[in-house]
Amino acid sequence: MISAENLPILVIIIPLISAIITPLVGRIHRSIGWLVALLATSLSFAYSLALIRSVMENGPISYWLGGWEPPWGIEYVVTPFNGLVLCVVSFITIVITLYARKSIEQDVSESKIPFFYSLYLLFFTGLMGIVITGDIFNLYVFIEISALSGYALVAMGRERDALIASYNYLILGTIGASFIVLGIGYLYMVTGTLNMADLSARLPELYDSTTVRSAFAFFMVGLSLKLALFPFHIWLPNVYTHSPSTVSALMAATSTKVSAYVLLRLMFTVYRPEFVLTVVPVTKILLVLAALAIIIGSVIALAQTNIKRMLAYSSVGQIGYIILGASIANQASMTGSLMHIFNHALMKGSLFMVVGAMVYRTGIVNIEDMRGMGKKMPFAMAAFTIGALSMIGFPFTVGFVSKWYLAVGALKADMWYFIPIILLSSLLTAVYFWRIVEAIYFREKSEKLAGLPSEPAEAPFGMTATTLFLSLLCIVFGIAAFIPTKVAAAAAKLLLGG
Amino acid sequence: MEIIHSARPLYAMAVSAVAVVLIGFSYERPNLREFWTILAAVVKFAIVMSMVPAVLDGKTIEYSLVTILPGLEIGFKVDPMGILFAATASFLWILTSFYSIGYMRTLKEHAQTRYFMCFAATMTATIGAAFAANMFTLFLFYEAITLCTFPLVGHKETPEARAGARKYIVYLLGTSLAFQLFAIFLTYNAAGTLEFSSQGILAGTASKTMLTVIFVLFIAGIAKAGIMPFHNWLPAAMVAPTPVSALLHAVAVVKTGVFSILRVLFFVFGTDLLVDLDIGTAAAYFVSFTIIMASFVALTKDNLKARLAYSTVSQLSYIVLGALLLTPSSAVGGIVHIANHAFSKITLFFCAGHIYAAAHKTNISQLGGIARRMPWTMAAFFIASLSMIGVPPVAGFVSKWYLAVGSVEALNYPVLVVLLASTMLNAAYFLPITYKAFFEREKEDEYHHGEEVREIPIMAIPLVLTAVGSVIIGLYPDYFIALAREVIR
Amino acid sequence: MIELIIGKYNYWIYIALMMIGFYAMIAKENLIKKIIGMNIFQTAVILFYISMSKVRGGTAPIEWEHAVRYENPLPHVLMLTAIVVSVSTTAVALALVIRIYKAFGSIEEDKILEMKGDRTGKTPESVL
Repeated sequence: MISAENLPILVIIIPLISAIITPLVGRIHRSIGWLVALLATSLSFAYSLALIRSVMENGPISYWLGGWEPPWGIEYVVTPFNGLVLCVVSFITIVITLYARKSIEQDVSESKIPFFYSLYLLFFTGLMGIVITGDIFNLYVFIEISALSGYALVAMGRERDALIASYNYLILGTIGASFIVLGIGYLYMVTGTLNMADLSARLPELYDSTTVRSAFAFFMVGLSLKLALFPFHIWLPNVYTHSPSTVSALMAATSTKVSAYVLLRLMFTVYRPEFVLTVVPVTKILLVLAALAIIIGSVIALAQTNIKRMLAYSSVGQIGYIILGASIANQASMTGSLMHIFNHALMKGSLFMVVGAMVYRTGIVNIEDMRGMGKKMPFAMAAFTIGALSMIGFPFTVGFVSKWYLAVGALKADMWYFIPIILLSSLLTAVYFWRIVEAIYFREKSEKLAGLPSEPAEAPFGMTATTLFLSLLCIVFGIAAFIPTKVAAAAAKLLLGG
Repeated sequence: MEIIHSARPLYAMAVSAVAVVLIGFSYERPNLREFWTILAAVVKFAIVMSMVPAVLDGKTIEYSLVTILPGLEIGFKVDPMGILFAATASFLWILTSFYSIGYMRTLKEHAQTRYFMCFAATMTATIGAAFAANMFTLFLFYEAITLCTFPLVGHKETPEARAGARKYIVYLLGTSLAFQLFAIFLTYNAAGTLEFSSQGILAGTASKTMLTVIFVLFIAGIAKAGIMPFHNWLPAAMVAPTPVSALLHAVAVVKTGVFSILRVLFFVFGTDLLVDLDIGTAAAYFVSFTIIMASFVALTKDNLKARLAYSTVSQLSYIVLGALLLTPSSAVGGIVHIANHAFSKITLFFCAGHIYAAAHKTNISQLGGIARRMPWTMAAFFIASLSMIGVPPVAGFVSKWYLAVGSVEALNYPVLVVLLASTMLNAAYFLPITYKAFFEREKEDEYHHGEEVREIPIMAIPLVLTAVGSVIIGLYPDYFIALAREVIR
Repeated sequence: MIELIIGKYNYWIYIALMMIGFYAMIAKENLIKKIIGMNIFQTAVILFYISMSKVRGGTAPIEWEHAVRYENPLPHVLMLTAIVVSVSTTAVALALVIRIYKAFGSIEEDKILEMKGDRTGKTPESVL
């Protein structure tokens, strides 16, 4: 049944079907919903690993849905690039699923928990589908699957502000998706195909066509909205702040990264590097936007008092890093950009998980109230400190690896002026993270914290263990960086026209 | 040059890392916990000393730990300069541990476990920096030192302590991220490697402007060396308990700073390149400014630790100056001053802490006649002051002599004037303290509670030992000079 | 020039619809009106695709022995998917609006923004 050739479709089908059966089996006992989710994501992760291993040895894998030959049929393609993203997304989702159990029991009312997991699995399906598909309209379908379930997931937050955040996300997300489908339509109109590989072959002669260029423009704007690239990031802070902790963690670690993947795939695989670098030098614009995102994201993060909002603006800056590396477009910087997709997922995922653990036990989200938290929740705060060091870019952590590659890439491209920007944002990040580290360890407990009963102290084992695990990975992969780097470098080579 | 591959540098570094864990687990049994500290310090010193014969013989010990990325490797190399620094630091840690125990217990300080854990962690990072084989490893441990010392600086957890700690980390982290990291990127881009080499790695790799930019960035980025205007963290860090100031700010933190600068000057740039670039002289003047200015500020300070802090700022620049003059003698002078200053300054800080612990006095104006009650302490203080001033036969004289000879060799007479002037300034702000302590009358004031002010043996013995050490090094400097000469060959 | 305006009338219609919908989504303050705008926006895109599939002189794409040319069925099929997406999105959006109305008591955006927690500095009210 599980033959290697069917792996690409199984990666999608299993979470999809699980999403449908979860509400049914969830009626038996609410934990079953969680169990189903865990099983589905674990299987997907196992398959992703198998896929990437096979790809690194044997070359790209192609799967025809329903046996229909592309370009008429829908094709799923696995290359080092999307294999890496598949593994990252499914891995992070497993960890967050393990984390989610207790957290969701507090955030979502009991009768709704099976539905939560159903949406969760749909969201996951959507993400995996986006990454693995080789057909551009199929891409739109999966984008919408993950988007819609995302809107619903966000709306499950405790506060009523979650509803309005979700609504705004919906409006902006739909604009983005509609632009994408418009772009797809334009491309179809001039090439007659929806298969990405086929498009890539047919587009070069059409580079001068206004239709193709407009399509590209629509794609750029639509994806930037999904990606939360400055100045299209407006939905992100509210969404991350008000959704349930698990959802914030999941979204921060995955959805924007997957949108970045789509952008890179489009820019470099479908449209080819020559287009984005010379014919329509959109990379120049992206460089400016990325630099702005990096600086402005960090600056606004400084001003925040709510820790989730601070992390959200920090994410806006980090997305800037990814786009910066991609826009400089040489081997080193692209490797850095791809590494940052992985690294930021680890870092931000663990940081949001820490916040979730804190909210679970104490309900505190305000930075002022976090004083003295180090004594109450030492493990969670240790994870926070590691995550903070990684965000600042300390050597030995994953944050340093990404920054190293970006800097080396910038220098090789003679764009040394980006290094002060990167360093400046590191400094700003150091400021807004370090003041929290100082507050949690070296200050007396805030009144709110002191007013809480001292037992139980740490968050439940499942939550704390997964949080620590993820932050320790920040260090592990900061040292053993050559493992993901190898894959990222291969992917970068592929994207840049190897 | 023969290379020995041995994991000993790793062990030397890791001993105290193990101690951190053991100390943490012994938090309920203070005596056991203190035992770990002492044991780790002694073992560390033993391992470091065991590598000295090989180094004196002309060999280097290398060990590569892990390659993070191509071009970024954590590696250790034990060479003369590194072993000089490591030997000094590890020896002084032993003495500081005893002193710390006395200080903490006398004052019944809180959070002692955290204190000793961070101390051990800092020493791990310091030895790691001493034995770093490339700029990346050095940077890693440099930053690690900043992190590990932060809880120590803010130990008292009062608002002043927090403010001081904040200033500390802002200066150190800010400059290292903004400037040093930038310089490292540029160096890697130009040279393709970050490994230290005795001929330097930057020769002929980039334009003069670029190399000068890298040079300036490194100097600005290594704020631990206390070169003005990035020195402010040093006086701010005086809010720390005195043993912290003693070891860390007289030995570990600041010495890592100047050590890093020396590494950059000799092993990344190389003396030939520096002579080519012609920046040695200009930088020497820049550093001389620190020497003089800090001495003037020291004159104005009544708080004993503050005066010592500015004295440190001034003395550190001697080391950098020695390197920048680019002559063999001045380099020797600078390098041996790492050890000489360490011994003398730590004595001074030990005295200051001892006075605070025993008599609760912090200001020089309160020290009238205290020598009557604390004779050993003030005697040690006097000897260490002589070393700072540069009077034979104490250690400081050796460094000053070589620096002076070096400045004559470099035909740089203004620097010679600077050296003489600072010698006089040193006398001006140190001798009055001793005079006051010995020859003035004890004041009857609110600080004199009528209690017995007595010297505390566990604190007094280390400082006497370091004072004696200063004299011994002054009389028999050959060990260190031999090591220093090895460096510049 | 005339050819550009009259000949490509389908594109002009879809652009006009899209802009109307877009304007409604952004400028209107009533949440329901935004959703209506969203619908118009998505309808415009759907119409664009459909108009793309028309082939001059083509018949319906069902096998017929007298057929010379068939029209392109693919965009129709794609738009079935897009219509489903549009309907689902509208459903989710409307459900959200109902919940918002229950929680805030209003569906005018400016009033909601006033009541929103972060702006006024209050901790957001819980809906659970």
